[in-house]
Amino acid sequence: MAYSEKVIDHYQNPKNVGTLDKSKNNVGTGLVGAPECGDVMRLQIEVDEATGVIRDAKFKTFGCGSAIASSSLATEWLKGKSVDEAVKIDNMTIVEELNLPPVKIHCSVLAEDAIKAAINDYRKKNGLEELQFEESPIH
Amino acid sequence: MLKLPIYLDHNATTPCDPRVVEAMVPYFTNAFGNAASRNHPFGWQAEEAVDYAREQVAKLIGADPKEIIFTSGATEGDNLAIKGVYEMYASKGNHIITCNIEHKAVLDTCRHLEKEGAEITYLDVKPNGLIDLAELEAAIKPTTILIAIMYANNEIGTVMPMREISAIARKHGVLVFTDGVQAVGKIPVDVNKDGIDLMAFTAHKMYGPKGVGALYVRRKNPRVKVTAQIDGGGHERGMRSGTLNVPGIVGFGKACEICMQEMESDAKRISQLRDKLENALLKVEESYLNGDKESRLPHVTNISFKYVEGEGLMMGFNKNIALSSGSACTSASLEPSYVLKALGLGDDLAHSSLRFGLGRFTTEEQIDYTIEHVTNTVNKLREMSPLWEMFKDGIDLNTIEWAHH
Repeated sequence: MAYSEKVIDHYQNPKNVGTLDKSKNNVGTGLVGAPECGDVMRLQIEVDEATGVIRDAKFKTFGCGSAIASSSLATEWLKGKSVDEAVKIDNMTIVEELNLPPVKIHCSVLAEDAIKAAINDYRKKNGLEELQFEESPIH
Repeated sequence: MLKLPIYLDHNATTPCDPRVVEAMVPYFTNAFGNAASRNHPFGWQAEEAVDYAREQVAKLIGADPKEIIFTSGATEGDNLAIKGVYEMYASKGNHIITCNIEHKAVLDTCRHLEKEGAEITYLDVKPNGLIDLAELEAAIKPTTILIAIMYANNEIGTVMPMREISAIARKHGVLVFTDGVQAVGKIPVDVNKDGIDLMAFTAHKMYGPKGVGALYVRRKNPRVKVTAQIDGGGHERGMRSGTLNVPGIVGFGKACEICMQEMESDAKRISQLRDKLENALLKVEESYLNGDKESRLPHVTNISFKYVEGEGLMMGFNKNIALSSGSACTSASLEPSYVLKALGLGDDLAHSSLRFGLGRFTTEEQIDYTIEHVTNTVNKLREMSPLWEMFKDGIDLNTIEWAHH
């Protein structure tokens, strides 16, 4: 299977690989997927507490090229967005941006889940109610 | 100068040896006759070529030429042997014993027969990829008509104890079929010494052309018969109708002859390269060899690199190095290799595996390049892997509650 150029570019030059300090109150961490499924994503956001804007985002991903590209792209999109905007990121926009084939749609779903998990972790740490999300039909 | 890409997927297919192609060429043009045309020189010429090839093929496996049935490949041979025996020996019984790391051409054929009333026992393999002989013997019943165990496994390269298997089968009067695709031409296979009654193999795994293979069917001690699965003109002693693929068969014969002459020196050279590759890659932290280290083919190694995913790993070099992974991230099922799972590997290790299949034209330069690039990619992806970070932080991954998809 041939990968799109954008996937290859993210794979070769992943953006924002790394780890943020989990112990900080303004850092939210989302860890989704499972080793047995061949995909695990960890996505972290660091929120500017004064403005509610995501100042930094980092990821680490165990998975195929599409999974790595989806999470790399997600961190790029997260930076500079407010938490409320970030929660609206839809997996299908990742699919479109990266030209993912149908068998790789689950990678984008995982990235969306990771974003939501990171946001909820941040909310929880800051005494906010966790958001409820509808189950994605792809699972 | 190293030419890229490097081909290390010889278990999938091999290039045609130029000597094979050279032998085939006349049979496309001048000598194009139908081997079944008995009344003119074109047919005679084709028949003569097929007869010669049949001898070359038979010789490689220690068989009589009359015991070779040409097919379109090993999938057809697997089907013909298993279905053919099942139908031919229906009055004797309906039970077939196989194992769970067989090729799909065997497993799916068995599943098909199950729907038609066959009883199939799928033996588990031990963690080293070999079957337990005591389990095999215990599985035999009065209704058992066939034991179908592969000679060597395509994913991990392990070689089954054929002689012990056939000794058990003989003792109980059960026929032995083996899928010899990966073994024939790579290691010495002798149907008499190995006690094999039927064996499927194919040209394109041994530097011959695609689309041609053979089924060995024993003619004495015992005389074995199979019911034809393709009806028609009664070619191949009635066991496989259809106009013979003369150029393909000629190429197959030549490929067998070359293997006969060069197998030993090829195996020695290739296994040294394989060992060099394997030793270097097993020095990478948290890398594991899959399958038995002793009883195996000379040109294969299958290694899991824990905490990186196989397909992602291959993406780091698959423009330049062609190999295969036990990760099935591209398949719709997302299930990793059933062979690796049958060894008892966790899904995580199965997802992290790479299969290296070296071949006749593999060079040391190619192996050095592969060692360097695979190692670098593993290291790069581990820097990106949350699992690697957890492992390095001393977190037991089994204690984490993963969200299963």
